[in-house]
Amino acid sequence: MIRVHGAPLAGGFRVQRWTRVSIVSALLSIALVAVLALVPFLFGADVTEQLTTLLIFVILAVMWNALAGYGGLISVGQQAFIGLGAYGTIYLTQHGFTPYVAMIVAGLGAGAVAVPTSLIMLRLRGGQFAIGMWVVAEVFGILVTLDSGLGGGTGVSLNGLNVFAPGYRQAYTFWLTLMCATLLLGLVFFLLRRRIGTSLQAVRDDEGAAASLGVNVVRSKRVLFVVAAVGCGIAGALYLANTLFIQTTSVFGVQWTAYMLFMVLVGGLGTFEGPIIGAIIFYLIQAQFGDSGAWYFVGLGATAIAFALFLPHGIWGAVDRRLQLRLLPVGYTLRRLDAPARAGSDQPPTDA
Amino acid sequence: MNWVNVLLQGVLLGGFYALLACGLSLMFGVMRIINLAHGDIAVIGAYLIWVLVNQTSIPPWLAALLVLPVMWVAGYAMYILLLERSRRAGMLVPLLTTFGLAIVIENVLLQVFSPDDHSLLSSTGTLATSSITFGGLSISVFGVLTLATAVIVLTSLQAFLSRTTSGRQMRATAEDPDVAELVGINARAVYARATAIAVAIAGLGGIFLAIRQTFDPSTGPTQLIFAFEAVVIGGFGSQWGTLLGGIVLGVAQVIGAQVNPQYFVLFGHIVFLAVLASPRGGLLSRRGSAL
Repeated sequence: MIRVHGAPLAGGFRVQRWTRVSIVSALLSIALVAVLALVPFLFGADVTEQLTTLLIFVILAVMWNALAGYGGLISVGQQAFIGLGAYGTIYLTQHGFTPYVAMIVAGLGAGAVAVPTSLIMLRLRGGQFAIGMWVVAEVFGILVTLDSGLGGGTGVSLNGLNVFAPGYRQAYTFWLTLMCATLLLGLVFFLLRRRIGTSLQAVRDDEGAAASLGVNVVRSKRVLFVVAAVGCGIAGALYLANTLFIQTTSVFGVQWTAYMLFMVLVGGLGTFEGPIIGAIIFYLIQAQFGDSGAWYFVGLGATAIAFALFLPHGIWGAVDRRLQLRLLPVGYTLRRLDAPARAGSDQPPTDA
Repeated sequence: MNWVNVLLQGVLLGGFYALLACGLSLMFGVMRIINLAHGDIAVIGAYLIWVLVNQTSIPPWLAALLVLPVMWVAGYAMYILLLERSRRAGMLVPLLTTFGLAIVIENVLLQVFSPDDHSLLSSTGTLATSSITFGGLSISVFGVLTLATAVIVLTSLQAFLSRTTSGRQMRATAEDPDVAELVGINARAVYARATAIAVAIAGLGGIFLAIRQTFDPSTGPTQLIFAFEAVVIGGFGSQWGTLLGGIVLGVAQVIGAQVNPQYFVLFGHIVFLAVLASPRGGLLSRRGSAL
């Protein structure tokens, strides 16, 4: 682990994490959160609702990218935790919790369920993990359908939020979403900057080599898996609060994976900034073409394939390679004392 | 006698799952690629035979014979257009692109054929419904035909891999593509051939799917999951394990349905997860050998 930030190394090199650009952009991100917090005061309920949706997409994209782009774990079943978060909220509100507390508890509950799930799933690799997670999502979906108290397969509404006037409800939900998005993105950001972030990327690139250097492969993956489950669980709970009605077929549906895959591949797999951009692009596309039915999904799938094949690090990867921009740095830059910077250890995945 | 009947139904259902699974297993064995569009490719086969039977006057058995070469060519095209590049881009990329392909296939089918149920039941006469009674057991003729087809396909695949030059090249490439290239094998051609075979067998599975049940554009993912479960339960890389896995899955599902009709799929999933959790992980799994 490199601990000498900024200190000169032999051969006239210097390890650097923060550059002037990244300090400014990190401060701007904090300012952006503050500005976003004012949105409910400045705009109507519809804008607030739309931005809530966008922030939920951002959470989902960042979580899926943390798993796939940093952990090398491609999951086709994160909807398992989205569904648990949403239905957990319903269950808790039926048992005396106030909705906003229930949402947080349900999100953490999804993380708790992820711990035993990881014992089985993290034994699998590559495509086996991908479909294995899909089966887990199916099982959770079936179990929820079998419980008639949760509305069976016909769907269920979130009661308890109607004590607030619609405008206030939308504002509270938005603030909670903003808070969760900030905390979860912050958590992933700091996690990736710690030793575990470096360990995970080593595991992603070569599991055997990482293990031989003393990386605790299983523990690193498990931490990431549980964090991603909490993120998806909270996103599911927030989705419920934003729409007020859910069905098992929609919250446990595999279309969530299609969305996440699209956002992450277009934005930039294995970059921190990419999924956020991907989420914004996906949000705009959905607003524009969401009503076009099947062709819309054909377009999403085809675009995702094209990015995976021809621009594997997405839009942000291309920008980054050209401009050496690190707005929110999770890696290091090796800088020659008398020459321009070269990209350091947070290269996106090439061979996992 | 009822439980013997249930068990028999499960075994016959297992034959169908084995048929769906052997293409998936072959592609993983040769290329280490898990094709997430496998189920949707089988559904393409189902729609192809449905169109041939309903839009033309071709008899069903001839239509079935026509579907297979079409799927074979589609498999070649899929390798050249999609998988060749994906495979070279790293381990994870084939998962991303085949999942993208699955989304595209499902939604093109949705656009072309509408979300309505389709079936070949009415065009195949009594084939799907007739059964023979034998000592109190009621045996579905189509179930036996499916299981027999699965056994024939698996036996032929086994013979192809161990007896023919092309099959031995495939095994060599699966073991070590670089060394295989050194001794003059064109790995790319071998991979394309393996994909073509896998897609053609998936199409065959689709034909049986179209006759045994109704299907719609969203049928594919379930078929992929069942096929994958059969492969995992049997143990990756073992041809006969695939058949055994399919049968275990089929029996588990049928027993589940006997307990409560809603438990049909759930019991299969639970057996799958139990096998994953077991220390061996797969009934006939062999370590170190790819095919």
